[in-house]
Amino acid sequence: MWIYEKKLEYPVKINTCNPALAEMILEQFGGADGELAAGIRYLTQRFVMPTKEAIAILTDIGTEELAHWEIIATIVWKLVKDAPVEKIKGTPFEAHFAAHGRSPFPHDAAGYAWTAAFIQSKDDPIANLYEDMAAEQKARATYEYLIQLSDDPGVTDALSFLREREVVHFQRFGEALMGVEEFRETKKYH
Amino acid sequence: MQELDYEELSREELKLQIQELEFAVIELNLFLDTHPTNQKALMDYNMFSIELNKTKNVYQKKYGPLTNFGYALSSYPWKWVESPWPWEE
Repeated sequence: MWIYEKKLEYPVKINTCNPALAEMILEQFGGADGELAAGIRYLTQRFVMPTKEAIAILTDIGTEELAHWEIIATIVWKLVKDAPVEKIKGTPFEAHFAAHGRSPFPHDAAGYAWTAAFIQSKDDPIANLYEDMAAEQKARATYEYLIQLSDDPGVTDALSFLREREVVHFQRFGEALMGVEEFRETKKYH
Repeated sequence: MQELDYEELSREELKLQIQELEFAVIELNLFLDTHPTNQKALMDYNMFSIELNKTKNVYQKKYGPLTNFGYALSSYPWKWVESPWPWEE
């Protein structure tokens, strides 16, 4: 069961129109290392975890990723909602507009649609947790590229918050991995 | 912790207060997932959760429910559809 909360996890303060930047931010909405991929990956991997701690961390980080997905969509929406077509023409957002108008859609910055092929889930908790730690690092790197591309203080502020969350998640997955490894050792020798 | 009269805060200030407290709670929640026997973190989690609930109750009474599916009551007419959605603010 999931409960929706009618507010963002972190405030998004943007009053500018910037379709080109919106298209780049879509990388984290529907890209391989984006928030949707993260959330679906973690929530899918829970079932094969051998420790209660690992199940809990995948559930809770997976849930937080969905909140981040909403923050990303809010950034994108605010950057394009009032954009006249003349300000969209000739920008990287033009191809998106041709298919979706101003609606967000889960594809990456280059327009490639989100696919479950971006993620993996195996009946192997060690493989899963290493993938999750890599995913957090790749997302952190992506946020650093996006921060370099951003010329909007409101966007940069929200992206910086999201970048920091990747660092914390990486740490927690590392701890969950150590717990799973310890669990396997005790099973092997006792 | 700083004592605030939540009734005195504007909608924006109250929402920011909720976001700040919720951030502390999320952070402690994730930490506790992998450190379930850390008593200091657990005490902080419970303390911030109580404070968070207080702020949410004040907010919801004034500005409508933050959650649905039975987690918050609504006055007439159904308030869930009335207040702005996160991307409309």
